[in-house]
Amino acid sequence: MSLSSKQKATVKDFFSKMSTRSDDIGAEALSRLVAVYPQTKSYFSHWKDASPGSAPVRKHGITIMGGVYDAVGKIDDLKGGLLSLSELHAFMLRVDPVNFKLLAHCMLVCMSMIFPEEFTPQVHAAVDKFLAQLALALAEKYR
Amino acid sequence: MVEWTAAERRHVEAVWSKIDIDVCGPLALQRCLIVYPWTQRYFGSFGDLSTDAAIVGNPKVAAHGVVALTGLRTALDHMDEIKSTYAALSVLHSEKLHVDPDNFRLLCECLTIVVAGKMGKKMSPEMQAAWQKYLCAVVSALGRQYH
Repeated sequence: MSLSSKQKATVKDFFSKMSTRSDDIGAEALSRLVAVYPQTKSYFSHWKDASPGSAPVRKHGITIMGGVYDAVGKIDDLKGGLLSLSELHAFMLRVDPVNFKLLAHCMLVCMSMIFPEEFTPQVHAAVDKFLAQLALALAEKYR
Repeated sequence: MVEWTAAERRHVEAVWSKIDIDVCGPLALQRCLIVYPWTQRYFGSFGDLSTDAAIVGNPKVAAHGVVALTGLRTALDHMDEIKSTYAALSVLHSEKLHVDPDNFRLLCECLTIVVAGKMGKKMSPEMQAAWQKYLCAVVSALGRQYH
């Protein structure tokens, strides 16, 4: 399910519109991940507080969103562009790839919350596909 | 049986109080058919679904969206017996409609996104968790009679 050039343009356009609120969306998305899927907190046992809205969760959500924005810039070659990030996730972090899907869902919910008019079904479809491709690229080096 | 805290029950009720079924039902089903086009396979008799505009303008899709969302609301009045509440509907979806149960999950994802769009940040993380737990319970009940 690769992205058409129209969908790539849709993704770039929406992420550009979103950029003023990207920190908020990233922070909210990770908060919601740990709230809705508490098992994901298992990756953050080294934090004092991994509850929704906590400082480490918000900070890390912003970091992750930065990575997603970086990936938008590499949308024409996600596998190649995300090679070192994939190595990080595969060999160091060892996050089960099923969680990429869960976080993607939370991101979509936050995008819809903060940009209800702009997050049309067409934008939703394109961003959903993009995040799925991103997840695949991140999982590339796992085995 | 699914266990609900008092807070979770309150959260689920709060979300439903913000949902206009006649508006959200059609929006959720339209979004599902557009974002996951393979779900259109179940609606061959609905007429034109060939473009996004056709889907959004299709009265049968809108009507069915209302039916589906009304069905999803039924659990609100039976939160301690969701499995039995949906047993007959599960049989219907399996034996008569032959719907792959993964589609229930896809529709519920689209519904959550529509509701999130309406509620904005009023849907707190805890509220979202309770809401998704509710939808998970209904989806599970709907898939239970498949064999």
